[in-house]
Amino acid sequence: MKSLAIKNLKGRPVRTAVLMVLAALLSFTALGGTLVVASLGKGLDSLKARLGADVMVVPREATMKKKFEDIVLQGSTGYFYMSSALADEVIQREGVGQVSPQFFLASTGSSCCSIPVQIIGFDPDTDFTVSPWIKRTYGGELGKYDIVAGSDLNAFVGDKLSFYGVECTVAAKLEKTGTTYDTTVFTNKDTITALIQSSLDKGMNDFKDTDPEHSVSCLMINAADGTSPEELVNDINIHCKKVRAFRSGDMINGIAGSLSGVSQMIRLLIAAVWVLGIVILLLAFTMSVNERKKEFAVLRVMGASRAKLAGLVLKEALCTCLGGSLIGAVVGLLVLLPFNGVIEKTLALPFLLPNAGSITCFAIAAVALSVISGAAAAAVSAWRVSRIDTGLILRGDN
Amino acid sequence: MELIAEKVTREFVRPSGKTNRFFAVKETDFALQSGRLTVLMGRSGSGKTTLLNMLSGLLMPSSGRITADGKDLYAMPDKELSRFRCGHFGVIPQGQTAIHSLTVTENILLPFALYGDAPDEARARQLMERLDIADLANARPAELSGGELRRVAIARALVRKPSLIFADEPTGDLDDENTAEVFRFLKECASEGAAVLVVTHENDAKGYADVMLKMSAGVLTQE
Repeated sequence: MKSLAIKNLKGRPVRTAVLMVLAALLSFTALGGTLVVASLGKGLDSLKARLGADVMVVPREATMKKKFEDIVLQGSTGYFYMSSALADEVIQREGVGQVSPQFFLASTGSSCCSIPVQIIGFDPDTDFTVSPWIKRTYGGELGKYDIVAGSDLNAFVGDKLSFYGVECTVAAKLEKTGTTYDTTVFTNKDTITALIQSSLDKGMNDFKDTDPEHSVSCLMINAADGTSPEELVNDINIHCKKVRAFRSGDMINGIAGSLSGVSQMIRLLIAAVWVLGIVILLLAFTMSVNERKKEFAVLRVMGASRAKLAGLVLKEALCTCLGGSLIGAVVGLLVLLPFNGVIEKTLALPFLLPNAGSITCFAIAAVALSVISGAAAAAVSAWRVSRIDTGLILRGDN
Repeated sequence: MELIAEKVTREFVRPSGKTNRFFAVKETDFALQSGRLTVLMGRSGSGKTTLLNMLSGLLMPSSGRITADGKDLYAMPDKELSRFRCGHFGVIPQGQTAIHSLTVTENILLPFALYGDAPDEARARQLMERLDIADLANARPAELSGGELRRVAIARALVRKPSLIFADEPTGDLDDENTAEVFRFLKECASEGAAVLVVTHENDAKGYADVMLKMSAGVLTQE
């Protein structure tokens, strides 16, 4: 009966192909949709992990900048500065715990990249946000003119990259984050100061009056014990007029909101495709069984039990759905894995693919779900086949 | 093997019409004996096929019982009855009944495949030669004429050397020469010990019959 099921499928290639395409669509949608939603979630987690500070403080005029949140949060290109004196004023506030400055600069072009990259400087002595992340791939200390490159940059350890005429050495590459940090360069305070100075010397910096030695772009602050981030943000915003403080969580909420919206839409799309797919499969199996009623009646005449007839329908359904679902899953992986960068850019949200183990689990689950749904849709037809009136069907032919 | 029907009836309900319930087969006693070819004739709608379906284990009677060598067919669970039918009954249904995804040989050997039994390929070849379809062994049903398809159905019904053979209009699509050949063949099966029941309109069948029966308005009579 197993080989009969296979022969029946081969004997009706168009019907088999249509059923397989439907099953492929189900597993493709399930896998693709789930992977995108999971990648968005992982991207957000990655972003949260990168932030690592309760409060961020930037010069007030920076908040006028378009996409300034992306500059601070995701390493998008852009820069702004405030004086160290202003930063010191913030640091003196009660309730400020750990604090570390960051320095931003956007390159105009480099051998590694066809587009400008964001260069973020940090103070290794005080940093508590970037260093833990860098340490995962680079255990040493960054020397002057050493840089750490984001995972998507076309640069390898030991390469020399030139920014504003200053040659830097790639000391390490970071692991992927799924954010624009992947196209960002990190370096220490000394190096970024030299780079900012060089950009000023070449007249390529918008902030011509900046003194790189006494400027910072952003302060990353953890609230001291006994002070909530909200209280600290309010205190800074009330008492330090030339800066603006944000709670990291609040800044992420915007991204989380967009991500939740996109995820919700994808989930709805998956549900719609699945409902439609299962209804079509149900109809397809029903029509197929109606068309083959006589064939089943003949098998019954030959001595096939009602259970065997139902089993034949289910075996055919399982074979087509398994074949189709595997194809759908493979196509899903072939679309998503190589083109995840394009998806990330299109969605403009943090997007980090899960690891290979999780992707394999998602693929297996998508195939299993699709096969189970196909079998469930076929079960109705299998039940109908098991109830056929052999005499009536064979007589109806004459 | 002897098949005995005791007081069997079959009642149907018409979806429409003046009288909703009617008896396709009125109370009938019947015995199908080994080594005999029984021919059942009658007008269309007289209940011949209904009786054949009941006797072959495909249609449960409304009342009465049917036994094969003492075994009550309809007291068996479907699984057991189906296996029993596959092993002991050979049914040639009306019309074209080939499975289109299989070749002629595969169609003929299908009763073995149903339960994973070892196929008797020599028997299949012998039947194909006898029924003059040996050249079509690897052909698909779509390539065959109506007469050839009938012969495939006959070969398939007989491939397991059944003890009971039920043939419903087995010569419907055949010419006179092939019709005579099929009746000769069924007669041969009876001579070899099978109990054969042939439902037909062919008057030529009378020449081969050991027992002649007539069905009229659900009532079975011996001619």
